[in-house]
Order: sequence, then structure tokens, then C-alpha cells
Amino acid sequence: MKILNKKFWKNSVTGLAAGAVFAMGTAAANAVEIEYWQYFFEARVNAVDILIENFEAANPDITVIQTTFPYADYRTKVAASIPAGQGPDVVQLFYGWLNDYVDADLIRPLPTDMFPPEQIEAEFFPMVQAMKRDGAYMALPTAVRALALFYNKRLFEEAGIEAPPETLDELVDIAAALTKRDGSGNITQVGITTGMNAQDHHWWREVLVRQFGGSPYTDDYKTVTYNDASGIAALQWYADLETTHGVTQSGVMDEPQAAFKAGRAGMHIDGSFRIGALNSTRGLEWGVAELPAGPDGMRSNYSSYWVNAVTSKAEGEKQEAALKFMAYLTSDEAMQIWLETVGELPAKPTAALTDANKADPVFGPFVEGLGYARTTIFANESGQRQVIMDALQRILLEDASAETALGEAAATEQALLDEYYN
Amino acid sequence: MAIEEIKASSGTLEKQAASTGYKDVDPGKVIRWTLLFLGGVVMVMPIVFMISTSLKWPHEIYELSIIPKEPTLDNYIFVLEDGRFYQWFWNSLLIATATTISAVLFDSMVGYALCKFSFRGRMFIFIAILSTLMIPTEMLVIPWYIMARDFGWLNSHWGIMFPGMMTAFGTFLMKQFFETVPDDFLEAARIDGLNELQIWWSVAMPLVTPALSALAIFVFLGNWTAFIWPLIVTNSPSLYTLPVGLTTFSVEQSVQWELIMTGAALATIPTLLVFLIFQRYIIRGVVMAGLKG
Amino acid sequence: MFGYKSLSIKQKQVVWAWGFLALPVVFYSVIRFYPTFGAVLLSFQEWNLLGGKTWNGIENYQKLFADPVFWKVFGNTFLYLILGTPISLLVSFIIAYNLDKVRFMHGTIRALYFLPFMTSTVAMAWLWRWFYQPVPIGLFNNMLAAISIPQFPFLKSTFWALPSIWAPAVWAGLGFQVIIFMAGIRAIPNTYYEAARIDGVGPWTILREITLPLLKPTIVFLVVFSSIGFLRIFDQVFNMTTNDPGGPLNATKPLVLMIYDTAFNAFDMGYAAAQTVVLFTVLLVVSLVQLRIMRDK
Repeated sequence: MKILNKKFWKNSVTGLAAGAVFAMGTAAANAVEIEYWQYFFEARVNAVDILIENFEAANPDITVIQTTFPYADYRTKVAASIPAGQGPDVVQLFYGWLNDYVDADLIRPLPTDMFPPEQIEAEFFPMVQAMKRDGAYMALPTAVRALALFYNKRLFEEAGIEAPPETLDELVDIAAALTKRDGSGNITQVGITTGMNAQDHHWWREVLVRQFGGSPYTDDYKTVTYNDASGIAALQWYADLETTHGVTQSGVMDEPQAAFKAGRAGMHIDGSFRIGALNSTRGLEWGVAELPAGPDGMRSNYSSYWVNAVTSKAEGEKQEAALKFMAYLTSDEAMQIWLETVGELPAKPTAALTDANKADPVFGPFVEGLGYARTTIFANESGQRQVIMDALQRILLEDASAETALGEAAATEQALLDEYYN
Repeated sequence: MAIEEIKASSGTLEKQAASTGYKDVDPGKVIRWTLLFLGGVVMVMPIVFMISTSLKWPHEIYELSIIPKEPTLDNYIFVLEDGRFYQWFWNSLLIATATTISAVLFDSMVGYALCKFSFRGRMFIFIAILSTLMIPTEMLVIPWYIMARDFGWLNSHWGIMFPGMMTAFGTFLMKQFFETVPDDFLEAARIDGLNELQIWWSVAMPLVTPALSALAIFVFLGNWTAFIWPLIVTNSPSLYTLPVGLTTFSVEQSVQWELIMTGAALATIPTLLVFLIFQRYIIRGVVMAGLKG
Repeated sequence: MFGYKSLSIKQKQVVWAWGFLALPVVFYSVIRFYPTFGAVLLSFQEWNLLGGKTWNGIENYQKLFADPVFWKVFGNTFLYLILGTPISLLVSFIIAYNLDKVRFMHGTIRALYFLPFMTSTVAMAWLWRWFYQPVPIGLFNNMLAAISIPQFPFLKSTFWALPSIWAPAVWAGLGFQVIIFMAGIRAIPNTYYEAARIDGVGPWTILREITLPLLKPTIVFLVVFSSIGFLRIFDQVFNMTTNDPGGPLNATKPLVLMIYDTAFNAFDMGYAAAQTVVLFTVLLVVSLVQLRIMRDK
């Protein structure tokens, strides 16, 4: 990645500059250096590089260093380093992790004079209110995202399919037409990618379960309610894609998005954050559609967001600098850059739900989805994801019935929730 | 067994290997040789595939050919342009070298003291040190982590190396080898007016150099490939060692296997080259450490 | 105060001895013994790394022994060992026994077997992970497809995933065992063989009556060494299952990965410490049992 090169460059350049300044005996050497952490996702890293450049141009006395980690290690690294007095001054975290960070004193509330709650509530999407604790906001997003169906235009053309599926039934038919096998019957191209470890567990939870007539949790998200006929039907439908219809293979090419990127998948459900990566994939022609409607025409979607917060490690002038950077990260300008680079929609309806965005062939379906999306409140996102992953694996690998698999999943997830809330 | 015997046996090992007997070719021997040779080829095939894939263009990597149709160094250029690999390489080299020097020095000091000095508590210390061999690193990782955090050693080269500065295995090995150094030599040096430190360093140590190099090889290789502790103790990518960096890099590339294979090759080739150059010494070292340890 | 000069030779030696041992004694106390006791203490406490520690008696152990995942993981850990040690020792002995008799290109063949031992485990884990992928990308499955044999699930099966992770571990360690075995075979004095030859004993009897019994120290060493290695397997599993650590359905999760997860992802330090104590006990018992059995025979 060139990012780090850039960082090294920057370090050595600032080092040289500081040296030069020192040599000349001027007193401008008291630049504040703050650290920004996020997990590694190429488009996001590029976006933050641009934001840092702009921010540093406007604030020559502040230097921002970006550090990234693989998603799997990210939480460990953050939680381990801040109490040790190291690590980030401004940190990016998933909205579902906020409680952990607040409980552990890893982040500080944003001062109400710089970030007035009334103004935030007037301007941001209402889901952001989950970030409020004791009258102050702990964290704020730059962008929000929703799910949509990506499809490979070239493969659609090849199979003579004119439009992406409108309903789940159509999805199965189209996926069947897009699936290719070799002489021995091995799948070499999947109709649709599957794999609960990516975004599909969200699709199943907030979209499929509801479309099959159920609801995943009670409204406070403290009790599992998907363990009923509709939940079972939803899981069965998902598993059938592989077992009955044979239009997919979970874990093909190791990761669903990789299969789609490589042109080995006709359709792929993913978040708006994938746009940036797909844009930079040469030779891939793709389109976006809203998630297919359920049996009775119902539509649903899952929205989520990553937020930025100032950590408890940032003190004194670093804290000031961190707050300034925070303010820039949540500015309209930053949101626009984020939209263009990453593809995630601005966190403010006024900026996101514009006519231009709605009419945009790429952003349009996401904007529509955002209109009817729900946001799961996670107690332990990775644990709750694992539960759904395991449920599907039980069906695929151990021939368990959807009923048994889901029963176990519900019991395990409820135990997780109980442990967290009690 | 004394060093001389090991030397002798590894000497004959080379000699016997060198005197190839072509005269008595019997089918049993030919079959044995062929099977062994094929087995050996199968053993290195994975490494060959790794290197060959790292030299292929992305569109060719899923083909089964071993020799790339149009070999390219593009993957290496891409991976090295990243810049981080140099740093990870340097971190690994620094840490492995520093721990090796420290372990060789201290292990032989302790081994020598336990072997050549008589004092009360000698047996106790020896057994105490030996007993640490039974404690798995994984058990210590959590307390070490807390210790490193409290002392501010997290995320530093020192933090990565401190647990490996001395090894019980090396102490045991060196003690065994110092047994073969005759006491008369040391006594003579004492009469010549050398102090004990000088005797250890300039009389005893030169007599056990084969053991020292065996220990050095083991400690170096162990630290070069160490994964779990460096993974836990480092927080910033600039301090990663090669194995930890490679994991990070591979996850980032998600499934661009030609790049992952290039990274893997970069992490592997240095030790392979070292082995091919110093093969005899390394194998002798492994034998010595293995049989005595 | 006595001057150094006034000490007897024996006393001087004692001073020197402790001088040599001073730093190491501190090291072993602080870096080995203190943390060991720390881990044992911690296993009776609850601590999330941030707040204070609270004593909770044997709650961690109760929770552990009541956890079905732990028993699954415990079984996996032993499966790595039970598959690993006998098979790798048998194969490496057969190779060493035959290689010992080979003269032509002896050094080259030996190097071929030994090369994998010099590689980095992490690099090899990624290499093998690629080999195991389904078509269209995995090497093994592409080979199978080329000769029209059905796909093999490797890492995606609850049954085959563990052996698939185990195989590279055996592969990488084989060369080391071969070298040690060969050295052990070479160390057997020729007179034994000559005597046997004079008595007209066949090669099988020589192998059974002379080679194997005299190799016992080598075998004991390799059994203990490789058992400890397999019981502590981590690097391979961690790197080959990043998408679903220890999966599918915990089929490949060894104890060390569970410890890592508990300590550094869930930050349940006391619970993780209890797991390390269990690991310690297992290693101790297994090694002692092996040493005992081998000595008796």
C-alpha cells in the first residue's frame, strides 16, 4: 500500500522540516501530532488520507498520523493500547461497540459547546442518537451505510438477463441462470455469493427474517425473537440457495467480495462501502439494485455506521487538536469527500437524501434502502455474528434442520445478550 | 557423548555420504533411492509452488504449471514498494540477533557456573531453571503482557525480546558441553593468574564453539519465526516482526494470492538461503542440540 | 567486611558463581517464576484488564468445565497430538532408516526433507490455505478437477479441517525428526551390527532387536518434543482460519487459540488464565506419562 509510504514520507519530511526550523532558530516547532486509527479498508484509508491532507492545510500546526489494522485485530489493539497510554487520539469504531468503549473509559464525551446535542439531533439521521450518553454525544459518524444488491453486468448480459431481481423468487431464478459448473459439476461461477461472515448475517437478521413475517429481536434488542416459523423459513431459504438450488457455495474464493471482484459471481449483497473498491477493479462492469422484496412485497434494509471519537489518551493540546479534527471529520465537506471516495452516504439527511443522490444509478438504491432500514443494536457484534455463522454451518456441514440450528443459535445468542445486559 | 564423538560421527556421516558406491547396483537399492528422492521432491513442492506463484501474473496463478509462462517481478515490486516489508525484516533481524547474542552469552555463563563451580544451592538452581522448561509460554503470555503494560514495554523492540533473553534449554545444553571441558585446563589458567571471567571467556568458551553455534542457530530460528508473543505485544505496524506483518499483509490483500505468496516467499527465502549456504553447520547444530537437549 | 583477597579459593569460587548467576537468577525469577504464580493467582480472579481484580474462587474453572466449547477444544488439542506424534515419528523414522543406507546424493535428499523446517510457519500457513481452496482457485482442488475427481472440502468440513491444518505442521517438522533419527542411528556402535551379521541375523531382527532399542533415548526425546509442539499448536490455526477463527464450528480450535481469544478479544483475563493452567497441567501430565512409559519399556 502506498499509504504507509506516504506516512513514512510525511514523517521524514516533518522530521526534516523540524530539523530545519530548529537550525534556523525559529520558535514554530511546537506542532501537535495526533494519531488517528481505523481498521484497514482501502477506500476508507484513502478517504482519510485526503481528509488529513485538507485538515493539515487548514491547521498547519497539527499533524495527523493515520494507522490501520486488519479488522480482526482492530478492537484488540485499541483496547490494549489506550489504557497503556498509547495508541490513537481520535479513533474510529463501529456504532455497536460504543458501550464497551464507554464502560472501559476509552473515550471521552464531546464537549457540548463544540458539539451541541440539539444541533446534532436536528441535523443527523435519528439513528445517531444512540451515541448520546448523559446529555452529551460520545461519538459521531461521518457517513451511514445501507445494503444493496451488486450485480455483474457482463455476466447478466451473457446469460440474457435484462434486469436485477425484484423479489426473492426472481433472485433464485436469476442466480440459477448465472451459475456455471465445470465438467465434474464443480461450481466455477456462483449465481450469488453467500457467507454469513460478511454482510449476509445482517441481511438475514434485519431483512430476510422480517420479509418472512417475523422480527429478529424485541424493540430494545435485548431479547431474541427470530426463533419462530418465520425465522426458520428465512434461514431455510438462505441455506436452500446452496443445498437445494445449488446457485452458490459459501466461502467460494475465501471471501464473497473477492468472488464478485474476480467476476466469478453474478450477484453479491454488500454495503455501500464496497463501491470504492469495486470502482478501482479493472474490467469489472457492475450495477446496483435495491435488495429484493419479500414474498408479500415487503422491503427492509440494514443500516449501520462507524463513528469517530476522541480517546481518553488525548490530553491537553492533543485533546484540542483531536477535537478540531473530530469537528472536521463530521463536517459537510468531509461527508462529501467520504461519499466520493468510499461510497458511504453522508450522515445528515439534508446531504444524503438529495434528488441528485436518489437519481444516481449507484447511490440511488442505497438511498432508497436507507429510507426503510433498521439498525441492529448489538451487545457483542462479533459474538452475535458467530452465532448466525454457526447456525448456517450446522445446516450445511452437519445436516441439521433449520429448526434445530436456529434453536441453538437463539439460545446461545440470548445467553450472550443476558450476560451483557445483566 | 563427548563433542569429539559427535564430531567424529558427523564426520563419518559426511564421509560415508561422499563415498558413493556405484558398483553394487541392486534393484532394491534403486527403488529405495527413487522413492526417497521422490518423497523429497514432494516435500519441497509447496515451497516451489509458492515461489513460482510469486513470479506469475494474476491471470495465470490458478493454473497448475510450475514454470510461469511469462515470469514477472511485478509482485515483488508491488510488495516491496509498500515499504513496510523492509521495516518488518529489520525488526525481525534485530530482535532475532539481539536475543541470540543474549541467550548464547547468558546460557553459557549459567551453564558454566553450574558445571564448573561448586557452591551450595547449585543443584537447586539447576533444577529450578530446568523446571521452567515445563511451563508453556502461553501460560506466561498473559502475565508478561500485564508486566509489559505496567512497565511501558508494550509496543517496543524490548517488549518483544525480553522474554527470550535467556533460555533454559540453552543452559542445559551448555552445561552438558562444559562437562566435556577438562578441569585441568581451567586449573592451568587459574595458575597463570587469569580470573574466572577470563577463564570462562578465553579458555572454556573456545572449546565449546560447536555447541555455541548450535544454540545460536536454534535461538535465532525460534525468534525469527516467533508469532504469538510479537502479535500480542506490538500495537503499531512499524514494530511488527516479519510473521506478524505477513499475517496483516495477507489479510489486507484478502485473496490476491499472488501477492500473499510473494510476501510469504519474502519471509521464507532468507532462511532458506542461509540454510543452503551453511547446510553442514546447521544440520550438525540441529543434531547436537537435539541429541544433547 | 572481608576483602576478596582474604577469601579461600573455595570461597572465591562461590563469589564468582553467584556473580555469574546474579542476572540470570533475577531473570528467571521475574520472567518465569513470578508470572507462573501470577497466572495461577489470576485464574482465581475476575479481571477485564481495565478495572480492578476481584476474587471469584474456582468460578473460572467451573465455567470452563461446564463449557461445551472447552471440551470440544480440549478434544481437538489431543487430536492434533494423537494424529501428529505417532504418524510423524513413524514416517520420519522410515525415511531416516532408509536415507541412512543411501549414499548417492545423500546430502541433497537430506536437504530436500529438511528445507520445510527452515520456513516460517505463518508463511506456510497461508501457502497451504491457498492450496486448500475450492475450485477455481485452490491448487489441490484444481488438480482434482483436472483429472475429474470430485472436490475435496479440506478446511470447509468439520471432519477434514483439523487434519488439513495438522498436515502442514507435520510436513514442516518432518525434516527435523529425520535428521535427529539419522544421527541416532549413526550413533549406534558398528560392533553391534557386526556381531549380528556374524550370527546371521536378518535385517528385520536387527531393526527390532538392535536399532530400535538402542534408539530409545532419541525416540523419547522426539516423542516429548513433538507432543509438546502439537499440544501448543496455534500459528497454523490462527492463520488458516482468519475468517472464522478455529472454525468451522470450532472444529479446528486448539486450546491456545481459545486462550488467545479469551484473553485478547474478550479481555476475560482470569478465565483465560484458568485455561492456561489447564494447558500447563496437560503438558506436564502428558510429558511425565510419556517419560514414565518410555523408561519402563
